[in-house]
Amino acid sequence: MKPFDYQRATDTDTAVATVSRNPNARYLGGGTNLVDHMKLGVSSPELLVDVSRLSSDTVETLPDGGVRVGAAVRNSDLAAEPIIRQRYPVLAHALLAGASGQLRNLATTGGNLLQRTRCVYFQDVTTPCNKREPGTGCSALDGYTRYHAVLGSSEHCVATHPSDMAVALTALDAVVHTQGPSGPRSIPVADLHRLPGDEPDRDTVLEHGELITAVDLPALPMAARSNYRKVRDRASYAFALVSVAAAVDIAGDTIRDVRIAFGGLAHKPWRATLAENALRGAPATEATFRTAADAELAEARPLSDNEFKIPMARNTLTSVLRDLTQQEGS
Amino acid sequence: MRLKFTVNGRQAEADDVWEGESLLYVLRERLGLPGSKNACEQGECGSCTVRLDGVAACACLVAAGQVQDREVDTVEGLAGEDELDAVQRAFVDAGAVQCGFCTPGLLVAADDLLERCPSPSDSEIRESLAGNLCRCTGYEKIMDAVRLAADRRAEEARS
Repeated sequence: MKPFDYQRATDTDTAVATVSRNPNARYLGGGTNLVDHMKLGVSSPELLVDVSRLSSDTVETLPDGGVRVGAAVRNSDLAAEPIIRQRYPVLAHALLAGASGQLRNLATTGGNLLQRTRCVYFQDVTTPCNKREPGTGCSALDGYTRYHAVLGSSEHCVATHPSDMAVALTALDAVVHTQGPSGPRSIPVADLHRLPGDEPDRDTVLEHGELITAVDLPALPMAARSNYRKVRDRASYAFALVSVAAAVDIAGDTIRDVRIAFGGLAHKPWRATLAENALRGAPATEATFRTAADAELAEARPLSDNEFKIPMARNTLTSVLRDLTQQEGS
Repeated sequence: MRLKFTVNGRQAEADDVWEGESLLYVLRERLGLPGSKNACEQGECGSCTVRLDGVAACACLVAAGQVQDREVDTVEGLAGEDELDAVQRAFVDAGAVQCGFCTPGLLVAADDLLERCPSPSDSEIRESLAGNLCRCTGYEKIMDAVRLAADRRAEEARS
């Protein structure tokens, strides 16, 4: 690992100013991804500004009934928070489906959102990668693609976003608050991450120096009936092949409203608006669920090793919706 | 920097520490505590598991600068003056140690689990130890050891 300078931030404004003026400075949260990358040579910052003890590490209820999660709240603490378990079970389940206990105890809410793809070619500095070194080519296109994207990819990058938490936040219409060199702003989580297009090196819309300070969950009563299901190659401690976050509002046998996001399918958490539109007002039947899944997956384009993801996504969504709609009323 | 933190209940200090070096390096190379093992250095294998302010964490991912004024408990803190801790005895008695490299991390993780959850189900044991890899693949005996430790602690609590 290359030597670097370390500073512990004392306040947000100074931290933002320090990182903004140095293109080779980075924020350090839990270190569970960035520190790996520094050891692998994927990333070589000159300066780390430690914000893990800076941002709020509390979960608070907002006047409108929503919940504000500080950027420094640890993944394990957020998953254990009673208000999250009761009102947003999809989020608690997604958090516990990620990583290992040791890592969840370190990882922060802000850092989890900004973790980078686990594409093996991105992490292997001996292979070309447009995300790591723009213009060098994509090794995955002719490589091993079991974990890669089937939706929204480009000829430059077929990587997937690895976060479970971000999939749940996308389904919940969560909003990210940031402080940047141009001041504060708020960004829906669904708009935080980008599709790769011809700039796969840019994972998110954030500019250099922009710091996530909090994430707001809107008041969403239907989220009490929600779940997250993750399909992976082993029962624990593995990234998703496919995952589904969903919340359902049902009246009798009719779906009044629904929120769905997929993980493991794209360069960003994939909000399934086409499936949601097909489900609103429709009867809660197996046939409806499959039709909705097919509507969302019609544009899916598999690579050599991941054609299985399309039926897997359809089956996972169908089973999650079946379980949620058959659950006792809440 | 001059690093000050608490290790296994005692104040520890080290001078001329680079803020960016890992907690694992500080423990092993500066404080003479080589129990926490250095294997993957990426938070993947769990052999460097310690408790940081009471929760299990991979020491290889924590920078020295982040440890200032905090509390760290390592595998060296498990045993008493003259006898092994119940978890350590259970690993010996169940034959859960093969090459031994993953053992210190597993001991800390198992101790942490039993403190949070004194009588874990098999699935709770598996999930809690998912972040500790045993390259000898001796997982069945490790499961036996955690069950044995849980039973013995329950007996100790009753007596």
